[in-house]
Amino acid sequence: MDEKLRKKLGVLADAAKYDASCASSAAPKRSGGAKGLGSTTGAGICHAYTPDGRCVSLLKILLTNYCLFDCAYCINRRSSNVERARFSVDEVVTLTIEFYKRNYIEGLFLSSGIIKSPDYTMEQMMLVAKKLRKDHGFAGYIHLKTIPEASPWLIEQAGMWADRLSINMELPSRESLKQLAPEKNGATIETAMGQMHERITEAREEKRRFSPAGQSTQMIVGADATTDTAILTTSADLYGRHKLKRVYYSAFSPIPESSAILPLKSPPMQRENRLYQADWLLRYYGFSVGEIAEGGTDGMLDLEIDPKFAWALKNRARFPVDVNTGEREMLLRVPGLGARTVDRIIAARRHTRLRYDDVARISAGMRRAKAFLITADYHPRHLTDSLGLRKAIVPQPTQMSLF
Amino acid sequence: MEMRTVTLADGADLAGFRRAVRLLIGGDVPPEAVVWSPGEAPDLFAGEGTQEGRPIALPRAVGDLVRLVVCHRDPERYALLYDLVWRVTHGERHLLEVMSDPLVHRLHGLRKAIGRDLHKMHAFVRFRRLVDDAGNERFFAWFEPDHFIVEETADFFVDRFRSMDWTIVTPVGSLHWDRENLAVGPAGRREDVPADDAFEAGWRTYYENIFNPARLNTRAMRAEMPKKYWKNMPETASLSGMIENAPSRVRDMIEREASVPAKRNPTKAVAAMDEQEPKTLEELNRIIAASEPLVPGATQAVLGEGPTGASLAFVGEQPGDQEDMQGRPFVGPAGQLLNRALAEAGIERGQTYMTNAVKHFKYEQRGKRRIHQKPTTSEIKHYRWWLMKELDFVRPQLTVALGATAAHALAGKQMAVGRNRGFIDFDGRSGYLTVHPSYLLRLPDEAAKEAAWRDFVGDLKRIGERAGVAA
Repeated sequence: MDEKLRKKLGVLADAAKYDASCASSAAPKRSGGAKGLGSTTGAGICHAYTPDGRCVSLLKILLTNYCLFDCAYCINRRSSNVERARFSVDEVVTLTIEFYKRNYIEGLFLSSGIIKSPDYTMEQMMLVAKKLRKDHGFAGYIHLKTIPEASPWLIEQAGMWADRLSINMELPSRESLKQLAPEKNGATIETAMGQMHERITEAREEKRRFSPAGQSTQMIVGADATTDTAILTTSADLYGRHKLKRVYYSAFSPIPESSAILPLKSPPMQRENRLYQADWLLRYYGFSVGEIAEGGTDGMLDLEIDPKFAWALKNRARFPVDVNTGEREMLLRVPGLGARTVDRIIAARRHTRLRYDDVARISAGMRRAKAFLITADYHPRHLTDSLGLRKAIVPQPTQMSLF
Repeated sequence: MEMRTVTLADGADLAGFRRAVRLLIGGDVPPEAVVWSPGEAPDLFAGEGTQEGRPIALPRAVGDLVRLVVCHRDPERYALLYDLVWRVTHGERHLLEVMSDPLVHRLHGLRKAIGRDLHKMHAFVRFRRLVDDAGNERFFAWFEPDHFIVEETADFFVDRFRSMDWTIVTPVGSLHWDRENLAVGPAGRREDVPADDAFEAGWRTYYENIFNPARLNTRAMRAEMPKKYWKNMPETASLSGMIENAPSRVRDMIEREASVPAKRNPTKAVAAMDEQEPKTLEELNRIIAASEPLVPGATQAVLGEGPTGASLAFVGEQPGDQEDMQGRPFVGPAGQLLNRALAEAGIERGQTYMTNAVKHFKYEQRGKRRIHQKPTTSEIKHYRWWLMKELDFVRPQLTVALGATAAHALAGKQMAVGRNRGFIDFDGRSGYLTVHPSYLLRLPDEAAKEAAWRDFVGDLKRIGERAGVAA
């Protein structure tokens, strides 16, 4: 591989790493056939993991990290002194195809700094996707980070080639956006998301191809003072109103060439983790933002225990639940029982009465669940109301030895 | 009780197991009377020769489970599976749903291990390209799976890399694909695969740079990418350096003071950004011509035609068969009718601007004919942005909507032709709504046709007078 191209790849991968999403899921199953290249399996594959524990699924790069915008949290903002580079459309196409043929990746996640104009930049990105599909019969995954300021026809064209389009919220409140990203406009972003949802729905009804794997977004956590409850309220709204597939939370992390108006320290990684858990409760467990907030204090989630456990501790009167008769909705609220486990319990109890050991075989989370459920041969008695419940679960810090 | 011994081939002997199960179930032999002895002599069912039993109907989920679990290295797998088949065929048809059952739980664990092994092979195989003297390329990979999954994994690789020649070598067998046929071959060695590839350095560069040192979490990495895989993944050569340097890189970032921003003043560039829209009709037409039709099939985009500054603009629905082939608006049968009507109303076509609400022909192929299909509401909406820009460049005094689709596009909402025929305001644009000429072509009887023709020409005359172009 050409040495100049390899250097550019280093710069433009480095510039892309602050985007959390690398998902290659939810695309319709397909394959490139005898002439094309690639396939999608529906679930997505992680081809490697980096030492930050993140999955490498897609070739996640920027078309260029030159940018006219000056968003304080972004390493590529125009006032940063970071090294700059720019790929041509063909270079991105070559890298994607060659990496894919070697089974390094599932496809491409292309984003870009804004050069010349939003339309110009978006058109270049759209051309990458178009060339991959039309000239190379590429059937792998393509995710394009769209530019909310670009003209509607470009988004329309991009959606014909991409599996997923996303628009980053960047910050959970309009005020923060105004302060930290002066060229961005919260209203423009929300309008663009609304239009995207409309297009996806229409295309589905008319059986046209437009971003079949839906849209997603990302919010940076910890660069401003927004509370977890406020963040989750925004997410719930996005899931409800614009039917987003995913909201990604990215703990603000210190960047080289950091701007002076940002905190120098990153928020605890645990906060990002708890937000993802809460997000899951919103989407798959029937929780409302208000209920999740009950488990925390002052709008912030409990960092020591997961949000479902935190909610259960504040609502002990609703437990224990009988695994043999309890409603699915209530079983989903038992700490330690995941959605799949609950479905397995419900399938199994049609044929047998479940005892403690039976449930322990189905679920790996009995350490937490046992205080909240009843089986044919087991009742937690006072355990549900025991004051030591939280302490029994929270890992105790080991004493520092002084000498 | 008479004991039966079943000898099966090494590896995943699905065929042998199936044959044995048919005979055993057919002979009503309970699980406790069978000794399973895998990996001794290939495919011999002791004492029964090559006799075939009758197929057994099993729930699909059971069949799927058997297919996967036979790939496991656990020597007890066949006995466990036969236990399952026996119970499913003896009153416990839904046994697999009872995940709390110890046997089901155990088998589920084995299946999960196979699922994980397959998944890791799909993920971690790395191909290296080799070009032979004749210039043919073939991609090679060496992989070490935990279980006997090589054949089970073939569909995935064939599906994904159907257009390439490739070979995957493992210690328990190999796969060879030549773009048409799959061959399953014997086990091989790491040395059977090239030692390097031209893109590996680039891939390592990518891997090093996509890592965020401020989020070091090697435990999570190892959980998903256990060390045993590392030796066959070229990017992991970079790992130790990435991990060692991470803390100091983060310290550097935090300690470095916020640097003075680069001197570039982007005021002009940022202002220029707001003027990204096409500046001329030619520029707009270039964009439309290069765009892909929303619904595949059209030969080309059919652009508007006529002088900018024309006082009259006619907007039709969408190009038809003839327009699509010639790339010009209103040249088919409806266009010719329009020409005649314009002539009778004393309007010179060359002085007017002609275009369509939707720029691509949409059709359904019936035999040799391409039957026009009406554009949908959302198609009208998507093309509307272009139509509005186009008319902004042409700036006609009067915009004529021919038919309901054109009216919908111009007004931004649905509009019945019958009730609104005549002069009308289209979302701030002065306009006139009349029928599409193809309506006249579709009328069945001559008298109706004649009347409609008179009305249409009457419309055009009024339009011509208002726009001041009538002869």
